[in-house]
Amino acid sequence: MASADARRFRPDSVRAALRVTGLFGLAFALFAVVLLAAGKDPIRAYGDILSSTLFSSYGFSEVVVKMIPLMLTALAVAIPARIWLINIGAEGQLFMGALFTTWGAAHFAALPAWALLPLVAALGFLGGGLWAAISGVMRAHGWVSETISTLLMNYVAIFIVSFFVFGPWKDLESANYPQTPEFPAAARLPMFFGTRVHLGLLIALVALTVYHLVLTRTRWGLEIRAIGGNIEAARRSGIAIGRYILVLMFVGGGLAGLAGMGEVSAIQGRLRPSLSPGFGYTGFLISWIAGGNTYGVVASALLMAVITAGGDVLQMAHRLPGSVVNILMALMLFVVLTRRRIP
Amino acid sequence: MSVPFLESVLLGAILSGTPLLYAALGEVIEERAGIVNLGLEGVMLMGAVTSFAITVQTGSAALGVLAGATAGSLFNLILALLVVTRRANQLASGLALMFFGVGLSALLGAPYIGSRIAGLNPLEIPTLAHLPYLGALFRSDILVYLAMPAAALVWWGLFRTRWGLSLRAVGENPTAAYAAGYSPRAIQYQALFIAGLFGGIAGAELSIGIAKTWAEWMTAGRGFIAVALVIFSRWHPLRTVWGAVLFGGAVALQLQLQARGASVSPFLLDTLPYLLSLGVVLIWAGGRHHAAPASLGRVFEGTE
Repeated sequence: MASADARRFRPDSVRAALRVTGLFGLAFALFAVVLLAAGKDPIRAYGDILSSTLFSSYGFSEVVVKMIPLMLTALAVAIPARIWLINIGAEGQLFMGALFTTWGAAHFAALPAWALLPLVAALGFLGGGLWAAISGVMRAHGWVSETISTLLMNYVAIFIVSFFVFGPWKDLESANYPQTPEFPAAARLPMFFGTRVHLGLLIALVALTVYHLVLTRTRWGLEIRAIGGNIEAARRSGIAIGRYILVLMFVGGGLAGLAGMGEVSAIQGRLRPSLSPGFGYTGFLISWIAGGNTYGVVASALLMAVITAGGDVLQMAHRLPGSVVNILMALMLFVVLTRRRIP
Repeated sequence: MSVPFLESVLLGAILSGTPLLYAALGEVIEERAGIVNLGLEGVMLMGAVTSFAITVQTGSAALGVLAGATAGSLFNLILALLVVTRRANQLASGLALMFFGVGLSALLGAPYIGSRIAGLNPLEIPTLAHLPYLGALFRSDILVYLAMPAAALVWWGLFRTRWGLSLRAVGENPTAAYAAGYSPRAIQYQALFIAGLFGGIAGAELSIGIAKTWAEWMTAGRGFIAVALVIFSRWHPLRTVWGAVLFGGAVALQLQLQARGASVSPFLLDTLPYLLSLGVVLIWAGGRHHAAPASLGRVFEGTE
């Protein structure tokens, strides 16, 4: 399915692009009906969302800020999905990445930024990667399906983070507020242009590029595609499938870990339990909409980031509950899901 | 540890375990029919908001439960439409359903934030309610009493009726079930409808049984916990009872420890149910009683 999806959603196929646009148009129309039913003017609502996200420089920068973790978690899902591994654990991997990053920032606080930043980034990658690799090991041995283990380990990761934030790492100066002390300045990812857009953007774009190149231009990519195409044939031609399971889970989890690193190191500046509003799950949906296609990931992440940011607009300007935008997100998925598999 | 402490943990376990149990029973039915529903969270929220709104409007908590169950099953039919009729990816469809439920319930519930209701009345069981220690257990609402019988009912339905046999056959091998004369699609629709009833009741117990208020996203992840619970109980309705007490107990223990200002962090304890679930699946992996339905999560492409 995923390979067929990738083909269908390749951007050079104008028909596919038109079709997707049409489907999303339908979703916007359906949500307009919902807004009407709630007594709101949908045209004004959409206008407000657009003007305060895409057509304002601050708003757009905030959209990009949200895209960073979304692109990384989408890759965390898309990479193992190349060989049919279903990683619904990006959320937990993100939390573990943030946890490892925080540990590094606290323990090596004396290091200068040029040494500390790469170190905490590597730790973030390692945290998410190892967390996902546990599921990889269990899958490679045929013990537990990665779908089940990644789902269960999300909760475990989130509770472990809570344990440290409420317990040993709690900042004593912030009274009852559960958070760690602020990171040293050297462990803060730089932000640009006076916005919150941070270096994580570059990391995400590099990750996307490498993902694209490895898949299309290297022997690994060829073997991955071989496993994804026909696992039995790949096994018989001598490809070490267990190793690919492990590596792809590790790399995927690592990227989710980097998403967590960006959130604590740039956005929050400290570890809090409210680290992610479900970036891991939204990343799963982005990867799914995009069918693993690189450009598709960027486009879908943009769309989801705009919708998420739109929630604040609806809440403040139109007095709707902010989570109403979840309806729009779901409607988009519904139209794609119902249309997709028709031969 | 004092007796009142254990008592309140046990009571809390049963109270917070009840919505989990209903939700998990629904999920067992769906998964036995071969469909994973990650959207249970949304189904519960729709049940919670509908039952609360109807209770406010009519003043009748019984009507509220009924409406919540109906809303849950109708909402779950969206999933049926996606994964059974349109053969869409189950995990993505489930997550989409969750987002839909979160948003729609927030919209529908907005006017009811802050409303007050009497909710489901506690029913006192004459003698038992005055037992030492456990008395409070017998002053619960009706949904708490019905939870375990419901588990027995689901067990009976799945394992002692023809319908249950056909449902499990569809979950194991839809093509074979089709060849044997069953309609996999019809059975999966039925399974999702009934599972939605349970999910809706779970939500109703949360909003009009326990909390007696409506708050946005009041399920707070319980739908996902119920999915984990089904794995823990290896897709067996009776074992979900133990799972619900254990998972509910973890929540209750945390609340009690917090209330008493304990120095032990409860969060590591909270990981226990999930680690146990993983352990259970690990231990049983590869065994003959490998309990996950064989066609779980796959798309039945039809035989035509």
